[in-house]
Amino acid sequence: MSKLAGPNIQLNELGKLHHFLTLEGLKHHHLTEILDTAESFINPNTKEIKKVPVLRGKTIMNLFFEPSTRTRTTFEIAEKRLSADVESLDIQTSATKKGESLLDTLWNLQAMQTDMFVIRHAQSGAAQFFSQHVAPHVHVLNAGDGQHAHPTQAMLDMFTIRKHKGDVFDLKVAIVGDVLHSRVVRSQIQALSILEAREIRVVGPKTLMPENPEALGVHVYHDMEEGIKDVDVIIMVRLQNERMTSALIPSEKEFFKLYGLTEARLALAKPDAIVMHPGPINRGVEIESAVADGPQSVILEQVTYGIAVRMAVMSIIMSNAAQLSQHRAEKEAAQASLDLEDPQNTAPPTEANT
Amino acid sequence: MTELNINTDALITEIVQKIQALTIMQHAPKMIGIRTGGEWVAQQLHQHLDLPDALGVIDISFYRDDFSKIGLNPTTKPSDIPWAVDDQHIILVDDVLYTGRTTRAALNEIFDYGRPASVTLVALLDRKGCRELPFQADIIGLALECSQTIKLTGPTPLKVTIVEQSEERA
Repeated sequence: MSKLAGPNIQLNELGKLHHFLTLEGLKHHHLTEILDTAESFINPNTKEIKKVPVLRGKTIMNLFFEPSTRTRTTFEIAEKRLSADVESLDIQTSATKKGESLLDTLWNLQAMQTDMFVIRHAQSGAAQFFSQHVAPHVHVLNAGDGQHAHPTQAMLDMFTIRKHKGDVFDLKVAIVGDVLHSRVVRSQIQALSILEAREIRVVGPKTLMPENPEALGVHVYHDMEEGIKDVDVIIMVRLQNERMTSALIPSEKEFFKLYGLTEARLALAKPDAIVMHPGPINRGVEIESAVADGPQSVILEQVTYGIAVRMAVMSIIMSNAAQLSQHRAEKEAAQASLDLEDPQNTAPPTEANT
Repeated sequence: MTELNINTDALITEIVQKIQALTIMQHAPKMIGIRTGGEWVAQQLHQHLDLPDALGVIDISFYRDDFSKIGLNPTTKPSDIPWAVDDQHIILVDDVLYTGRTTRAALNEIFDYGRPASVTLVALLDRKGCRELPFQADIIGLALECSQTIKLTGPTPLKVTIVEQSEERA
């Protein structure tokens, strides 16, 4: 997998997350911190996710330039469970229609004392673009940009896998369906690679595979039965009809015949394999109802865990910002005291008191 | 700097006796320990008192008032109060009462679960003289000066070392 050249723009000077745009270039410890923090929001007995006052006084704006149900709603719930003030904007119906440029809209919203933007956009790179134009104290979270990335979805998938399998390490994972158009798949592959999954397989027709998918560090299968044989995790993704500019499959019926996950096919995976799907699911197209609703399906758990994982990402980012300003203040104070003291009698600067 | 080891068994026994003399003992009180040190102390008290309901544990990391300064504690774990808080008499246990800020955070968290009938505060050690909020414990094992810092290790054996800071600070 390619690493970002040069410094990762989503990390601050301490190497911690400042924005959350993509999983590319992140380290194992960044991902583990998110997964561990998500765990701390879930009551071990009741599975309840309680409201906590961590982000009281912070304002988070959800900017959705593209429709979304799960992601937008779970982001909103996550923000509210962190006690942030939340505003969600449906951009299709707002000032951009009156001719205001996107950046002007962004700067106006920033002037409303926003601390964090959660952005979904049909254009790849949109979140990164916004992150380069917000004020230094403002954070940007990518909630899906074009065909590029959907990092919180991938993280909640990793969290779900970890809850069922203990660790992502040493697992065989098959991702089935429209690999070409899916930002979720791109992010999942990155997450699985960083967490050192034993084998990552992508399964689907040639027309729905990117050119040279092996470059992503995955094994490619065009035969469904072969592709899911003996895997621990099956991730089904839907056909992204809205991103297809030409007919890439003969018909949905044909797709189901070749790649639909049926009970018979599921039996080829490990007996304790789990079935995941980022949603929305298309019953009878990529997955059979008996499987989607069956005992091995964890599809609805993914939705619930999405709340805890998004809470984790947002609280970590705000925590990193707090630690960075503390770090800078201490550095300044140390510098000031050095300036005052006799250079032969300099005390070491005080370390951060954690 | 001088170090002094404390016999925690004697302190625990003494606290258990004081708790047994409380009137709330007639109302089936429940116990909550504040992670990490308070949980260790609470485990011992809970066992000695033979309380029927499981011990609750709270992690006050998400309730601290200095989040905007120091951020999240990287070792935060979920709180777990395995019973309804409403109308219960609660014995809240911490290892050290110092500024009072942990107690404030713990009370806020408990009240997010419900409205207890009462909360009794128990601290193994009380570093007196540096309180920043108006909290006093109902029962303490040992009172110290706030210039004495404390190292607690556990859960078993539960060991307390008191470190006397000489006037090193500028």
